[in-house]
Amino acid sequence: MKIIGTDRQGNTREVEGRDGWSVMEILRDAGFDVAAECGGACACATCHVYVTDGWYGKLPEPSEAEIDMLDMALAVEPGSSRLSCQIICSADADGIKVTVAPD
Amino acid sequence: MTAAHETDVVIIGAGPIGLFAVFELGLLDLKCYLVDILDRPGGQCTELYPEKPIYDIPGLPIVTGQELTNRLLDQIKPFNAQFHFSEMATSLEKQEDGRWKLKTDAGTEIIAHVVVVAAGAGSFQPKRPPVPGIEHHENAGDGIGVHYAVRKMESFRGKNILIAGGGDSALDWTINLAPLAKSLTLIHHRDGFRAAAHSVNQMRELEASGKVKFHVASVKALHGEPGKLSGVTLAGADKAEWHHDTDVFLPFFGLTIKLGPIAEFGINLHENLIPVDTARFESQTPGIFAIGDINTYTGKLKLILSGFHEAALMAQAAFAIARPNEKLRFQYTTSSSSLQKKLGV
Repeated sequence: MKIIGTDRQGNTREVEGRDGWSVMEILRDAGFDVAAECGGACACATCHVYVTDGWYGKLPEPSEAEIDMLDMALAVEPGSSRLSCQIICSADADGIKVTVAPD
Repeated sequence: MTAAHETDVVIIGAGPIGLFAVFELGLLDLKCYLVDILDRPGGQCTELYPEKPIYDIPGLPIVTGQELTNRLLDQIKPFNAQFHFSEMATSLEKQEDGRWKLKTDAGTEIIAHVVVVAAGAGSFQPKRPPVPGIEHHENAGDGIGVHYAVRKMESFRGKNILIAGGGDSALDWTINLAPLAKSLTLIHHRDGFRAAAHSVNQMRELEASGKVKFHVASVKALHGEPGKLSGVTLAGADKAEWHHDTDVFLPFFGLTIKLGPIAEFGINLHENLIPVDTARFESQTPGIFAIGDINTYTGKLKLILSGFHEAALMAQAAFAIARPNEKLRFQYTTSSSSLQKKLGV
């Protein structure tokens, strides 16, 4: 599956996702500036991304824990903001578009 | 200014690795001071995930971040380390006698033979909303501009206050400042809060009584000369924008990690990490060591257990610097009565 990622400078590139990995892990390993301070434990909100181009509605809904943790994120856009550590790569998300949120 | 503290080793960072370093150094009779920007020990373990279980600490099949911290504090108790919490290490200078002088933003000065940087990913600092020019309204003085913490409640008396956030800090300060504010407005990106239920209830009561106004909104722009905040532009859920007069803006979005002043200490850095050798875990500046997540070397794994190993080897090298005329005797805690004496067992 593919992830179309845009960094904070507005540069977009396509990266190869891996089934079962989180989008955060793929972005981080591909050199995107995703802090992910807590390492993917849904405990810090530093892997905040905007899910764009209609992809937000196609993903499984965020958990209570993720909605709570988004309260600690900056510049949250309802209907677009997600924590990328909580989005899991799968065929259903092939082609997902995400933009790294400001830090 | 009080006199500088003198010690063998000063450790920057009181996370799990800084704490365990006290143990390894303590076995070698080296005394430690620790400086941490947080108000309590444990670093990321207690700040980010105090309740979350960790499963890869040798010998502890399951332990939470808080429990691990408590156990480490217990383990290092015999060594009587001195802690300086809520202080940021701001400068490091080499003295003529070869020792290091570390200063903090609280005016503390610590002189030591050896410096150990165990700062993880850096220092926890308040998250700054991405609003253009926000930095020009920080540190503008009591009761005006942008503040990330409330130090003196009185300085906000009679002011128009805008609070942003949905966590406990945002709600607690809404509740505490509402009685003395001229007006208090709370904004959040949704009509829901992760804060404790009783705080949310109290906020809703204040809203119902008209003492607090709540909007689903975010700050898009700040107005007023630098240091003289006069108002903000808010944007609602429907993107509609409006002007809102305010004297102060208090964003409460928790903490994030920035490398901070360590970058200015003159230590060689590579992508915000300190390159070290894997025998001593010393930086390229002799006498300054780096252990835990802050260091980098071929094969580095950011695991707590790796940091423990690094602390043990660092201590051996630190001893040679702090006690140049003494011979280090390698001993086991299991069999050495002198080590057991130090541990008080």
